Amino acid sequence: MNTKKFFAKLYIWIVLIVLYAPILFIAVFSFTEAKSLGNWTGFSMNLYKNLFTGSMQNSSGLISAVENTLLIALIASVVATLLGTVAAIGIFNLKGRKKNVMNFLNNIPMINPDIITGVSLFLLFVFLHISQGYTTVVLAHITFCTPYVVLNVMPKLSQLNPNIYEAALDLGATPMQALRKVLVPALRPGMISGFILSFTMSLDDFAVTFFTRGTIGLDTLSTYIYADARKGGLTPELKPLMTILFLLILVVLLVINIRQSKVSNKK
Amino acid sequence: MKDYIIDIQHLSKSFGDKKVLDDINLYVRRGEFITLLGPSGCGKTTLLRMIAGFLKPDEGNIFLDGKDIAGVPPHERPLNTVFQRYALFPHLDVYDNIAFGLKLKNTPEDEIDKRVRRVLKLVAMSDYEDRDVETLSGGQQQRIAIARAIVNQPKVLLLDEPLAALDLKMRKDMQIELKEMHRKLGITFIYVTHDQEEALTLSDTIVVINEGKIQQIGTPTDIYNEPVNAFVADFIGESNILKGRMMRDRRVAFIKHEFDCVDEGFGEDVRVDVVVRPEDIYFTTDPAKCQFTAKVNSCTFKGVHYEMFVDTDTGYELMIQDYDPYPVGSEVMLYIDPDDIQVMKKERTENKYSGKVTSEGTVEFLGAEFECNTEGFEVGDDVTVKIRFEKVDLLDHEDEAITTGHVEFILYMGNHYHLTIRTESGEKIWVDTNDIWDKNDFVGIKILPKDICLEKVVTANE
Repeated sequence: MNTKKFFAKLYIWIVLIVLYAPILFIAVFSFTEAKSLGNWTGFSMNLYKNLFTGSMQNSSGLISAVENTLLIALIASVVATLLGTVAAIGIFNLKGRKKNVMNFLNNIPMINPDIITGVSLFLLFVFLHISQGYTTVVLAHITFCTPYVVLNVMPKLSQLNPNIYEAALDLGATPMQALRKVLVPALRPGMISGFILSFTMSLDDFAVTFFTRGTIGLDTLSTYIYADARKGGLTPELKPLMTILFLLILVVLLVINIRQSKVSNKK
Repeated sequence: MKDYIIDIQHLSKSFGDKKVLDDINLYVRRGEFITLLGPSGCGKTTLLRMIAGFLKPDEGNIFLDGKDIAGVPPHERPLNTVFQRYALFPHLDVYDNIAFGLKLKNTPEDEIDKRVRRVLKLVAMSDYEDRDVETLSGGQQQRIAIARAIVNQPKVLLLDEPLAALDLKMRKDMQIELKEMHRKLGITFIYVTHDQEEALTLSDTIVVINEGKIQQIGTPTDIYNEPVNAFVADFIGESNILKGRMMRDRRVAFIKHEFDCVDEGFGEDVRVDVVVRPEDIYFTTDPAKCQFTAKVNSCTFKGVHYEMFVDTDTGYELMIQDYDPYPVGSEVMLYIDPDDIQVMKKERTENKYSGKVTSEGTVEFLGAEFECNTEGFEVGDDVTVKIRFEKVDLLDHEDEAITTGHVEFILYMGNHYHLTIRTESGEKIWVDTNDIWDKNDFVGIKILPKDICLEKVVTANE
């Protein structure tokens, strides 16, 4: 019995180590000054200092990449949340075959490889003569984020009492008021998780961005890092940046989880 | 005319090919408690949803206070609905759920407060205003749903099977409270239910609906004592429905005996349906009173009364309810008061279809080709096809069947079953049989050539 337990624990630990070792590796080596990866030259906060004081090479490029990334992610996920929620309500109210077909069509973009989404969007934009840049990247991100919002809102709709919208109308709400005061609050948890998922999907997207950003030199974090790594080694200051990003996302996830468990405890 | 708060005229509605409501005409008096009663799928909820404005009628009009409300969207109709599964807003507490309608109308805060508290008191939920609605029991949620509707002081309160989700005891209590609320508020209630007992208990007027058509409108006692057809008799309460023959005015024959009755105007020697309620068949020990004898077949205690099935001397099975039990196997003498015999016009006496002779020896109707004797008819002739109820054979397989269908409705007629079969072509065929079938059973339909009767269609200019 004891050996069984031991191996079970060992297994879990191995899985966890394999999963988190790369992140840990970056985090640990962000606290040293060595230029080449894997060299430990003693503890130092200099990389962090450089990152925030801007005294690193091409610091302005990195800053604008971070700004672009955040702004694109924000716009794309807000728009995708709105579009996805409306689409989910529409699909939910379809009947039988039509509903299945629409659900299926919604699922395809999610399983579709990013590279194909990227290339096909690129071709579409060229075909439509839309000059590539900020707009096309945002449009592309909205495109691949929306299905995830639909997927997150759908279960909330199924849990909803089917008469709740009619009940609001019945009590004197206009269709808009019913949507705002009853449907949206009831769907909010699904919309929030859809939004967060969209935001992170947009943050870490590389393939689609790469194909739709055009030639005007627009960089997001992922394309910036890619270009940087190809130009003869990763800029050392990116290590602390990634560590900070990881911690930020961890904090966001923790906050969401704690909030959710609080809500379910209340009930 | 003036006192009709709602007047419905020639209302029809179809979903796809299916006609859900067919030419409904109905008026509702101000302050009345009216119940739309019928089996599930009869169209009663559709009718309610059209009054509320969630569905648009295909044809016909609904007048509220004399004004056509066709173009008025639901949120502008002075009606409120209590939904089947409450439909409370889960993100709002009890107080905000009830105040929802008032806040939309920009009612002053202190007025809202006063009215919410008043209705909470009315539904006996005064201490619950801060509670989360999802922590309430079914019965409590139902009270809040009612409070949320009546706080707006609607002209008409629509209730869609509001008690269906509650357990029996709770349902009975809520029935009494609803009746009491109706009395206190003086609002018109339109109540939808499939529970005939609930309808009898609550209503001033009952509207029995089946297959999209109004079967009967009347007070609970009218509907119970004088059902107009076999469907109503079967649906409301327990009943013995039997084939009969009106001999002359005030004299009817059924179960192969003749009885005095109070019905007139059917004509002489006319086939009719007869309804006798189980509590209206009396036991007697006086041979002078005895109209027929029977043997007790089973006897079950039902709380207040005993329910017995007896076989009459002429081979019919009857249900009898009495306060005293009679031992199984005993011979008993029975009689029925003339007042308690309800005679109904027969809705149909045989199956009748329009068909076409397709070749020598075959005729097409019910979407299938049947063999029969076509002597005297030309190929291509339009004909009327008649088949007696007992001449239709039902099979439990389709090997030898000519067409197929599903059992839609079953009526026990004392010594045989009268079935309504919905055929593949969507038409109905009625069958008298001794075999036991269940509702929704799949059946094969076969008719022997000699039992198919053809008649020439007489066109107007001939």
